[in-house]
Amino acid sequence: MDAHALEAALRPADGEKCVFDTNPVLNERLTHYCPGCLHGVAHRLVSEVLHEPDLAPRTILVAAVGCATFTYDYFNVDGLEAPHGRACAVATGVRRARPEAVVFTYQGDGDMAAIGLAESLHAANRGERITSIFINNTVYGMTGGQMAPTTLLGQKTTTTPEGRCLAREGGPVHLAEIMAGLEGVAFAARCALDSVAHVRAAKKALRRAFEVQIQNLGFGFLELLSSCPTNWHMDPVTAARHVAESMIPVFPLGVFKDKAAAPSGKPSDAANESEHTAGGAADA
Amino acid sequence: MSRVVFLEERCKGCRLCVAACPCGILRPSGRFNRHGYEVMEQAGTCSGCASCAVMCPDVAIRVFRSVKAKEGAA
Amino acid sequence: MKDERILIKGNEAVAFGAADAGCRCYFGYPITPQNEIPEALARLLPERGGQFVQAESEVAAVNMLLGAGACGVPAMTSSSGCGLSLMQEGISYMAGSHVPGVLVNMQRGGPGLGDIGPSQGDYFQAVKGGGHGDHRNLVLAPSTAQECYDFMFRAFALAFKYANPVLILGDAIVGQIKEPVRRMPPSDAVPAEALIRSTASWRMEGYGRRGPDGRPRLLKSVYLAEGALAERNRLLAQKYASMRAECAWDCVQTEDADLVVVAFGSVARIARSAMRSLRRDGHRVGLFRPVTLYPFPAEALAALAPGRRFLVLEQNLGQMVEDVRQAVFGLDGPAKVLWHGIMPGLFASADDVREPMLQALGEVR
Repeated sequence: MDAHALEAALRPADGEKCVFDTNPVLNERLTHYCPGCLHGVAHRLVSEVLHEPDLAPRTILVAAVGCATFTYDYFNVDGLEAPHGRACAVATGVRRARPEAVVFTYQGDGDMAAIGLAESLHAANRGERITSIFINNTVYGMTGGQMAPTTLLGQKTTTTPEGRCLAREGGPVHLAEIMAGLEGVAFAARCALDSVAHVRAAKKALRRAFEVQIQNLGFGFLELLSSCPTNWHMDPVTAARHVAESMIPVFPLGVFKDKAAAPSGKPSDAANESEHTAGGAADA
Repeated sequence: MSRVVFLEERCKGCRLCVAACPCGILRPSGRFNRHGYEVMEQAGTCSGCASCAVMCPDVAIRVFRSVKAKEGAA
Repeated sequence: MKDERILIKGNEAVAFGAADAGCRCYFGYPITPQNEIPEALARLLPERGGQFVQAESEVAAVNMLLGAGACGVPAMTSSSGCGLSLMQEGISYMAGSHVPGVLVNMQRGGPGLGDIGPSQGDYFQAVKGGGHGDHRNLVLAPSTAQECYDFMFRAFALAFKYANPVLILGDAIVGQIKEPVRRMPPSDAVPAEALIRSTASWRMEGYGRRGPDGRPRLLKSVYLAEGALAERNRLLAQKYASMRAECAWDCVQTEDADLVVVAFGSVARIARSAMRSLRRDGHRVGLFRPVTLYPFPAEALAALAPGRRFLVLEQNLGQMVEDVRQAVFGLDGPAKVLWHGIMPGLFASADDVREPMLQALGEVR
């Protein structure tokens, strides 16, 4: 299809409406992700959540290291690079300097659950008003398929050639459940990106993960089960099926904590918890 | 009839859209974009559900749903 | 602010200086011998609408500093020895991303856990970059509590002028010594509002704050395209070269001196006492005290070389002596550089350095 034909095709005809379009928060650059990698789906969901209430103009993205290093290339928001694992610490500095901003980190499993576990848990425990999106695909993607903290038992990686062994490497880290146990966390959930229904549910959870930040309730955390067709040595469709068949039984989906959804319908202790971002550091 | 438009230069040929389509109307086209990826095409009646677009990691799909002009009757 | 003298420790002077210079955020992890800094700022900053965060580690602290600095806000951390080692990755990222920030290192004895006594063993780490890749920190070396106060103003001004990390390199003596401090901003102090204004073209804030034509920004240190990192490094090299304008030093009775003692920080104080007593005995001794350790005041030192010898006194196994030798290398005359090291952890007195100074004078004769 040439450019003119495409342009014509993208115009709704009489009696037609566009039911799926992109949005201005996601820029038009083609991602560097491998074919079928679900990072792209997660990016789109983030862009939609930042677009629909028009949060983007006050959003600061803190990017991690891994496949998501170049996340900032795909969003039309201010972007800041963090060293490997340190995104939640960098985001803490951003949040304390700019209390009016919407701050989020986008991190892979190695970044957030291995090298950056301390920074992630402590930022969460402090109840920093940031939102962290955690992409769990059970493997180090960028470096070529080594074991991640979330690697499934028995899963073969380049550094667990015989498969991950509980006695030797320990078991997969369940970060959403750990996060839910911390006082400062206002929302913690795990969703998956393997199917249309799951992607739609993930968007709802993602919105909540940002809402708790904006409502000053605390740390918002969303784990997204994703795939890595390249390092799993699977075609993308098989990889998505693998998420459903092998990951979800180990990493159950669900909302593990939502402070705003207290039975009374009232956000719990919101007033008391707004204290530490009440005074901003920036006044420029 | 609803329709799917592929932004072919964005497509990486992953076929997640083909697998997601509940009507089974999407298929590889045998044509390749300038990156060397085989692009998909619509081959059948589309319901306009946009499942393909929801699963597309590269935001390469737009969906246009035909809307029955109920308002006209009012 | 009243013009008053208060009796405080060097560490407290750092905290007062930081607060008065307009520091908005402090991030740090406790470590001796600098704990008075976070303890004072835990009160001072919230009083002024600032933020104090006790981080879970020095690694976290420096990255919080990176985040706040990237927002164009005057921010700092402080630590000692091992803590600075943990911060090096973040410092390298700050330098690579052009992010300002102030870091205080009240050095303790090393290597390893060492002790909590004075040391200048982190000189190389401070002035040669310290982290991975080619990066440099501006380094200021206070030797009194008053300088601890005053240098915080200069540190923030330099950090924002160059969008670069600035290190205050003190030690256990400088941090713990209690002295009268005049708590008045130096005459050349830059108001914090001006520092913040100077960041308008690059800071993180959300593009909506930049008006209807605001465009998203990016602060990063990764440059993968062919030639891109080379270009980045060229830019950094230019920046480091331009920092030479900031060289600062202090000369005491060097005009007629046969021997010039070169010392910084707390050792310079000890050297000065020994120098005075030697002067009373008729020896022509002077003192050259680098105030900026990076950039090192090499030209000023070289200007003293003709007809003089140097004795480098430092509390380590021989670090600054390399910069002194390089400064006077190849110069005509007997510009011989001698060295005497005080072992880390010791509390040296003027008497302890009198003998090596006399020996150096003996070689002059």
